[in-house]
Parts: sequence; C-alpha cells; structure tokens
Amino acid sequence: MSISNEQAQAYWRENLRIIMGYLAIWFVVSYGCGVLFVEQLNEIQFFGFPLGFWFGQQGSIFVFVGIIWAYVASMNKLDEKYDVHE
Amino acid sequence: MSLDLLTYLFIGGSFVLYIAIAIWARAGSTKEFYVAGGGVPPIANGMATAADWMSAASFISLAGLISFIGRDGSAYLMGWTGGYVLLALLLAPYLRKFGKFTVPDFVGDRYYSSTARTIAVVCTIVISFTYVAGQMRGVGIVFSRYLHVDINTGVILGMAIVFFYAVLGGMKGITYTQVAQYCVLILAFTVPAFFLSAQITGHILPQTGLGATLESGQSVLATLDQLSMDLGFAQYTEGKKSTIDMFFLTVALMCGTAGLPHVIVRFFTVPRVKDARTSAGYALIFIALLYTAVPGVAGFGRVNLIQTINGPDNAGTEYAEMPQWFKNWENAGLLGWNDRNGDGKVQYAAGKAFEGKGKPAYEGENRGEHGERLASNAVSGAEFDASKQPFANEVYVDRDIMVLANPEIAQLPNWVIALVAAGAVAAALSTAAGLLLVISTAISHDLMKKTINPNITDKQELMYARLAAIVAICIAGYFGINPPGFVAQVVALAFGLACASVFPAIVMGIFSKRMNTQGAISGMLVGLISTMAYMYYFAFAGGTPDQYFMGISPGGFGTVGMILHFIVAYAVSSMTPEPPQEIQDIVEDLRIPRGAGAAHAH
Repeated sequence: MSISNEQAQAYWRENLRIIMGYLAIWFVVSYGCGVLFVEQLNEIQFFGFPLGFWFGQQGSIFVFVGIIWAYVASMNKLDEKYDVHE
Repeated sequence: MSLDLLTYLFIGGSFVLYIAIAIWARAGSTKEFYVAGGGVPPIANGMATAADWMSAASFISLAGLISFIGRDGSAYLMGWTGGYVLLALLLAPYLRKFGKFTVPDFVGDRYYSSTARTIAVVCTIVISFTYVAGQMRGVGIVFSRYLHVDINTGVILGMAIVFFYAVLGGMKGITYTQVAQYCVLILAFTVPAFFLSAQITGHILPQTGLGATLESGQSVLATLDQLSMDLGFAQYTEGKKSTIDMFFLTVALMCGTAGLPHVIVRFFTVPRVKDARTSAGYALIFIALLYTAVPGVAGFGRVNLIQTINGPDNAGTEYAEMPQWFKNWENAGLLGWNDRNGDGKVQYAAGKAFEGKGKPAYEGENRGEHGERLASNAVSGAEFDASKQPFANEVYVDRDIMVLANPEIAQLPNWVIALVAAGAVAAALSTAAGLLLVISTAISHDLMKKTINPNITDKQELMYARLAAIVAICIAGYFGINPPGFVAQVVALAFGLACASVFPAIVMGIFSKRMNTQGAISGMLVGLISTMAYMYYFAFAGGTPDQYFMGISPGGFGTVGMILHFIVAYAVSSMTPEPPQEIQDIVEDLRIPRGAGAAHAH
C-alpha cells in the first residue's frame, strides 16, 4: 500500500461521510417522498401528476441516477486527493 | 408483410446475431469464463448489467403488474432501481478491489470459513434457479403466442440458444451477447411506448405523457382514476397496501437487488475499481430508460384495455366484434370471457368471472354459442354491487399479456409487434444466461475447486463449469416446461433470501473489521431460516393475512430477516474473538482502490 495508515483512515472516514450523504438523499426521495409522505405530497399537482405518485413511479428513479453519477465524481476527486487512484 | 413472417424474421435475425457474437467471443480460460478476463469497458458492462438485470419479469410482467395495481407498483419500480444505488455505494467498488470471481468467494475468504462459503453457495444456487424458472416461462409465452409452436418447443428452442452461447462463451460470450440483447430489448420496449404515448396524449415521451391532459380536458391519471372508480376498482393513484408493508417491501426489493449474485458478479468483470462505480452508473441509466417508461405504458395500456373492451358507450362490446388480439390471447389461454348476463357482450369491471384464482380453466376446444372458449370454472349468475359498478365482470386478463398485447390493442404496425416479441425473448434469454453462468460457477469454482478438490487444473475446472452449465440448462428447461404453480412466491423468496442473507453478510464484511466467522454464520442462518419459514408458513402452511407480523406481507419479510441478521451477527461477534490480523488487513486493503489489477492476478 502506497499510503500511510493515518492517511488510509482519513480516506475511509471521508468516504463514509460521502456515502452517508448520498444515502440520506436516496432515503428521502424513495422512502420519504414515495412511501411515508406520499399522501401529503399527492395534494400537490406536478405536471399532471400527484407529486407523491410521481416520486414513487418516476422521480425517485431520476434522482437515483443522479446520485450514482455524483458519487462517482466525488469519489474520483477523493481518490486523487489521497493519491489512491489507479 | 404478415405478422408471422415478420416475427420469424426478427426473432430469427436476433438469434443469428447472438450466435455470431458467441463464436467471436469464445472463452479460453477460467478467468475469461467467469469474469470475461476482467477487461470489459464500463459502458459495455453497464449495458450487459442492464440486460442481465431486466428479465422477462421487467420486460413482460412489470408494466402489466402496475397496470393492475396502480400506485402500489411503486415498490417494484423503486426497489428494482434503488438497489443500484446500494450496489454502487456499498458493494461494487469494494468487491471489485477484492478481485475474485464469485459471491461465495468473498464470503468464504472474508469470513475464513468453508461453512460460510457453503451457505453462500446454497443461497446463490437457490436464488438463481428460482429466477431462471421465470425466464423460461417468459420465452414459452412468447413462442406459443407468436410462433404458434407449443410452449414446450419454445422452451427447448430457447434452451438450445442459451446453451450455445453460455456454455461456449462463458462470461465473455454472455457479456457481449447481452450488449446486443440490451439494444434489442430497449428498442422493443421504447418504440411501442413512444407510439402509444403519442397516440393517446400527443407526447412522444411516455415519461411526460402520463402527466398529459387528454382531449376530454382531464389528465391521463385523473381519467384512469375515474374509469377505475366507475368500474368498481380502487383508484389508480391510491395505495391499497399499508404504509409499513410498502416500506418493508421496498427495502426487501432494494437490498435483494443489491444482493443478487448474478448482478454482483457483473462488477468483477471491469478493469478497475473506478470502472466498477462508473459501470453501476451506466447500468442504472440503461435500466432507467426502460423503468421510467413503464408507468406510462402501464397507464396507457389500462386506459386502452378498458375502453376497447367496454366500448365508447361503456356498455360492453359484442364478442363477435372484439378485435383479433382478444381472440388470439384467449386461444393462448391468457384471456377469458364468461358471458354471465347472457347479452353476448364482453364487459369488464371489478370482480371475478372465473372461480378460484380467477383464471379460466379451459377444457380443450369447447366453444360457446358466440365462439368463445368455455372454462370449467366459470362463475354462474351475474350478481354485482350496483352501487359500485354498472355490470358484473365477465373478463379475465392475465397481467403478463399487457406489454405484449399493448401494440395490438393500440393497432400499431406489424413490425412493432414483431419487435416486441424479439425484445421479450432477448430479455428472457439474457437474464437466463447470466443466471446459468452464476450457477455453473458456484458449482465448478466454489464447490469443486474451493471445497471438494483444490487440486484440479484450470482446464478441468473449465470443463466442470461447462458441465454444470449443461445440467443447469436442463433443469431450467424442466421448470420452463413444467412451471411450478407458485412462481410468484418463489420470486419473492429469491429477493427475500438475497436481502436477508447475502446483502448483510457482504456489507458487514466490508464495513466492519470486527465481524468474524461466528457472527457471519449465525447471522446468515438466522436471516435465511426466518425468511424461509415466514414465506413457507404463508405460502403453504395455511397462514392468512390477518396473521402477518406487524402487517408485513411475505414479500417484505426479507427486511425483517435482514434486521435480525444484523442484530444476531453483531451480538455473536462481540462475544467471540476478533478475526485474525490477516483478515483485518484484507478489509483494510479492499477499502483502498489502488492496486485492483494486481489483486486480480493472484
């Protein structure tokens, strides 16, 4: 391994923070908007859809795609910062 | 050109393409056979993953399911896509760095135990076989409807094709064939979806079309709600499942998706850790192209179906005037009409027209006075609740025909219908091939090489892999010809097991250095046994819905199994010695991306 132990620990901690951040968004759009608060959101109309219904059937999927690509970008930056990229 | 000729051309042409690719990409070593040599570009891997993932269930059944259950279908849409977020963030990069061939490889090495490996092998094989059975049925449906061969011939034909490229090409052959299959299936799904959407709403994209306003001034969804209510169905945008059940079902489907061995193994095939993340991103884009079109297809299909059957005046249509597709699917046994009120008109509303599960039991070629097929379980009498619906339901529509029948219902050109048939076959075959590979790898690599006889050579191992693939294809074909009567429960079982056993074991293996053999084994067993017992009780031992634990249906119980798994594993591991230093070093190492290529070579 090319990096020191402390460096590796710091890298891992930042990695975990990034993951937790994205998983929070993941949870809110799917379980929050699509399941738990779907009735409340359905009161709002969104381009012809009740908003909760839209999140459950389409919106969450668009956000999922965004999450993965944002994660890819964040991790590529983090890998360079700690010089562990390939 | 006639529909039959076009269908033969499209399906035949796609088969020639798959076989040509298989010959071009033959596998020469176990590494090529198991993980395509680890050199697949991320975008190709993304397409292959999408084709691997989108099975006959996604292609044929999902839109049909949502068409009939409306908003509750969100659990499947979110579950089967949101799992990729978990894969990308929690599993794929680390498993790629670990750099072996299979899921049992990881479980066995990380938990330094052949017992743990064996449990993982059993889970892998059970999950994959349950899945394969469904694919073969999908192929059978398409062949029997479009090529007018009986289902058995269709299944055998499908087996022969898969046999050819899975046994010959291994992962390498499968990967590049799946790239081609993805292109076929996505075209086959989206082209009719564009047509349907444009026809009904004027929007080309079904994603926005579902929100469009119709000529009547009402939006599509409001129209659906209205139609459903008028006929005694629940409103389309209202949920019927309880919130807690929806929540647990969605978790089980998401974590189950992330724990499916045939999906995980795809991330072993890319060159670098970085590529594992990127290819998860590509995979989800390619999957989302289909999944975001599904709600539109489901909604338009439902409107079309109701309006075609009940006619413009909402009083039913004479059987003699029903379009040809209705009779074709009736002949295939997936549609039924029971003229309960004897008026000669086909009427569709809430309620059962046939006893038992509602599906007509046809007796040979017995025909009624209008030429309809007669079933032995037709409901007699025409009672209905007049406060809820205008007439008694006389129709059975199998959910599985919605996607296939949609282009016919919407009177799209013949080439679109033929394309849909080829797409359904591509979806079924690509998934079947991926699953068969996982099964054969589990047997040749994890059982033969790692457990029973470590001294076999690379060549012998490859031979065992091919032998195992042949046996697995024969078993899958058997299930296709004699489908078990409990396919739905079996699929729920596959996701439940992946969610309750595979997913937590891998996550803890990466994120907890402290997790040891004892914790992992007891956790996996608890997850596995509790989930299986719950599903068995409600599927076979006479359990009724009012006995559900906290109102959670069997499909969502995998989540409870997963929670138990985490708790038990944590408790047991904290009472037993921590794992040896070299295992902790392995965990440290797989957390750092650099050096994946080197890790791969040993």
